[in-house]
Amino acid sequence: MQHKQWRKFEEFCFIGLMRLALLIALLGLVSILLTITWRGLAALSWEMVSQPPSAGFYLGGDGGILHAILGSLYLATGATLLATLIAVPVVLYINTYGRGSAIAETVRLVLNILWGMPSIVFGVFILGLLLAFGLRTSLLAGIITLALVILPILARTFDEVVRLVPHDLSDATLALGTTRLELSIMLLRQTIPGLLAGLFLAFERALGDGAAVLFTAGFTSTMPTSLFQPVASLPLVIFFQLATPFPEVQARAYAAALILTAIVLTFGMLGYFFLHHFGRHVIR
Amino acid sequence: MPDITIRNLNIWYGSTHALRNINLELPDRQITAIIGPSGCGKSTLLKSINRLLDLNDQVRITGQILIDDYDIYGKNVDVTEVRTQVGMLAQKPFPLPLSIYDNVAYGPRIHGLARGKDLNQLVTESLKAARLWDEVAHRLKESAHKLSVGQQQRLCLARALAVQPAVLLCDESTASLDPLAARGIEELLNTLRQHYTLVMVTHDIDQAHRLADYVVFMWLGEVAEHGPAPQFFQQPQHSLSRAYLAREIG
Repeated sequence: MQHKQWRKFEEFCFIGLMRLALLIALLGLVSILLTITWRGLAALSWEMVSQPPSAGFYLGGDGGILHAILGSLYLATGATLLATLIAVPVVLYINTYGRGSAIAETVRLVLNILWGMPSIVFGVFILGLLLAFGLRTSLLAGIITLALVILPILARTFDEVVRLVPHDLSDATLALGTTRLELSIMLLRQTIPGLLAGLFLAFERALGDGAAVLFTAGFTSTMPTSLFQPVASLPLVIFFQLATPFPEVQARAYAAALILTAIVLTFGMLGYFFLHHFGRHVIR
Repeated sequence: MPDITIRNLNIWYGSTHALRNINLELPDRQITAIIGPSGCGKSTLLKSINRLLDLNDQVRITGQILIDDYDIYGKNVDVTEVRTQVGMLAQKPFPLPLSIYDNVAYGPRIHGLARGKDLNQLVTESLKAARLWDEVAHRLKESAHKLSVGQQQRLCLARALAVQPAVLLCDESTASLDPLAARGIEELLNTLRQHYTLVMVTHDIDQAHRLADYVVFMWLGEVAEHGPAPQFFQQPQHSLSRAYLAREIG
């Protein structure tokens, strides 16, 4: 084969491989969506999203999973707020006072490692603390555990966004006679799409994580009313329903999975919308 | 219109003495070109005139810069006011992350110079002065980063002019542009000299020759020679100036 033909053949093969990879990724996503829709759609009802469970819910009784929907939203919102409160000063420190220092690089390394750590490890860690202090599982403990799980996601995405701010933007803004506050607002305009993307990513992760809340938020059939009471969550509702021997309850597990997926997709789309809305003028 | 007087200006970056004993009087409503080889302190001198150097923690500055007899390094000076009076056009155009209109309207808005119809008028005039109006009039709401590099540089000029400064600093403002766009900016600067005190840094001797009324030639952080452009280009006094103009050094 001539050199020219060989180069074309190489390119042909690699394009084929890329298309195959794309197909596998899409097939995975579509088959998951199709499976939960096919198995769960029949069990999906208004009652399911609008009512808490009755006493015999896990044996096939009436009721819904409103308590778990609210529980998951409370857990994810609380965790995202708490993690943001910690992530912002960390990111500000490693990009200002600690810029280029060994501490900053160590913090980045630790955050990278924590990002890859399974969430059940965080759950076990907080469970250990709960036991040591004689406390019980609660919404607050779940929020704290999930905040630890998503902290690395938030801090590292915020960090990358801040690091990518062009230095020229500060000079260009200050040269117009702006105050520090006006400069900060301008920097926020440049960074807000990235910050929002990080926030939504972290929120969706918190929404779907079951292992972190298994030992810490506990589980209950009642509606969440207090930070100090156990709370139900969608991933655990799916797990417990799927673990029953009753086909109709198992079908509800798929319906719950469908609801969770719909919520995650909704927030994903919302994030996408914000990204495009706020990102339209961003300098790239 | 103000003239700029620089007295005993010394600037250090950490322990490096970057500018030594600079004493200059730059004429008003004329173009002053600061020329010299790379690293001689041209941009440092320029950025000291709108106090952008202050942003670097390593920098130490002594001496005086008087704009219209007002010492911009004096006590209780409002730095934002100095930067309002002294506009800047950077080497690389950098639009703000806003629409074309808002890029120009940003300065007047934060300084409360104009609102509503007056603001529209000011934006239009600034874009016309920067010779960009005809190209963007129909797409003012579009993002500034969609413009070509040459258009972006003219937008940055319009943005600087909209704040109505008295002095305009240009830091190798044509260096990142293609020859056609560079010539456009040159022509613009040429027309602006009637209204502004212009100070430009350039490494292009021919450009300085075309534009400058007054020339400051720098060498290793010091002013080697300065004077009216015709005199400098026709009868340079310093041996370094002669060598630089003959392109033997630099």
